[in-house]
Amino acid sequence: MIHFVVHEDGDGVGVVVVEGVKAGQELSGWIMEDDKDIRITARSDIPIGHKVALRDYKPGDTVIKYGVDIGKAVAPIAKGEHTHIQNLKTKRW
Amino acid sequence: MDLSKASFWGYRRESGRSGVRNHVVILPVDDLSNAAAQAVENNIKGAMALPHPYGRLQFGADLDLHFRTLIGMGSNPNVAAVVVICIENGWAKKVADGIAATGKPVAYFGIEQHGDHDTILRASKAAREFVQWASELRREERPLKDLWVSTKCGESDTTSGCGANPTVGNAFDKLYALGTTLVFGETTELTGGEHLVAARCRNDEVRKKFQFMFDRYQQVIERHKTSDLMDSQPTKGNIEGGLTTIEEKALGNIQKIGRKCLVDGVLDKAEVPSGPGLWFMDSSSAAAEMVTLCAAAGFAVHLFPTGQGNIIGNPILPVIKLSANPRTVRTMSEHIDVDVSGLLRKELTPDQAGDRLLECMLRTANGRLTAAEALGHREFVLTRLYESA
Repeated sequence: MIHFVVHEDGDGVGVVVVEGVKAGQELSGWIMEDDKDIRITARSDIPIGHKVALRDYKPGDTVIKYGVDIGKAVAPIAKGEHTHIQNLKTKRW
Repeated sequence: MDLSKASFWGYRRESGRSGVRNHVVILPVDDLSNAAAQAVENNIKGAMALPHPYGRLQFGADLDLHFRTLIGMGSNPNVAAVVVICIENGWAKKVADGIAATGKPVAYFGIEQHGDHDTILRASKAAREFVQWASELRREERPLKDLWVSTKCGESDTTSGCGANPTVGNAFDKLYALGTTLVFGETTELTGGEHLVAARCRNDEVRKKFQFMFDRYQQVIERHKTSDLMDSQPTKGNIEGGLTTIEEKALGNIQKIGRKCLVDGVLDKAEVPSGPGLWFMDSSSAAAEMVTLCAAAGFAVHLFPTGQGNIIGNPILPVIKLSANPRTVRTMSEHIDVDVSGLLRKELTPDQAGDRLLECMLRTANGRLTAAEALGHREFVLTRLYESA
């Protein structure tokens, strides 16, 4: 069962692709580009389509997805935590 | 899927282009003419009015775009014949002449000095003749490279970037190899990934033109923004779906142009491409605006990936919707033509997903109605550049 997918090896976030992920749940992930498996423990409830952090971030750290900069952490993010507008922000506009 | 000998059954138009629908369109040039156009649509079965709210006191580039869009809609190969109605006879003629350059039958009517009743009577007579004439046109077998294919995604979420958009990318790579005419756009929705598109441009000249369009649109945003656009880009629906930043949205968006296609040229809004290849069209990222601009540029079928479930259609351009979000596929199934959610369960390879989409595209081109067509989605939305005079 694939709970989350990661675009590329080295990306700092994955995308939850099943409904109902709960804090404490063991998640299995699939790194699509490299066809590799990865496991992580969810630290938050994460809705389908939302991101899970694959590493710890300090405010100001760059978050990488698709191998590219998608913005910066604006609050500390722990590995396994829900990563969204409460802790990640654009560097543009 | 071996596409090298693939064909579709289309309507060969006077211009040589191939269409996949056979609409007789009643085209109002301005808001005032909507009532008459819709009365003609009501009178003549098989005629379709395209009402819209604009066309008065526009000027300069905004007026040029208005005419280009209307003439483009009428000229689209999915349209067999057109009845143009305008409050002023001169502008009715201007739009009709533009469409008539394709060789297709066009009639035009000005309302002034006639009133609605007489205009509706005369326009209905013309529309009735066109509908009966068009009903005898037959589909012919056409090579797949004659099918112009556009793409734009909407109500995207993170599944768009890993599922539905790469599926379009896979299909685009396969179509590109045939010498098909393709287009993508959504200028501001490339923000954060514009360097990736620039790197895909065929040569420096194309790259310079792309960068000019991108920078110009960024200036529009910078001039008018009052926030970081968190209410607009990403949209509330995008955020609900898990997309956080414009960069993340853009990187998902760019998956639609595949891995092999080069960007061969750059188009202004509603501009018709001059040859085959992949074109970038400067355009809004609002679904109905962008799809309307594709229709006006002459595209015959549209691939529309969605995450959270955008329900858009277009009056003349069949919009094929695909989604990789299993929740959307389940809760909004009547809107989804192609389910590629298996990609995220490793049940479907990107290559198989691309083939599934192409198969649906060919069936659509051959005449099968899309979900949006069956549901009556006819969003016709003109892009405005600034205030009227």
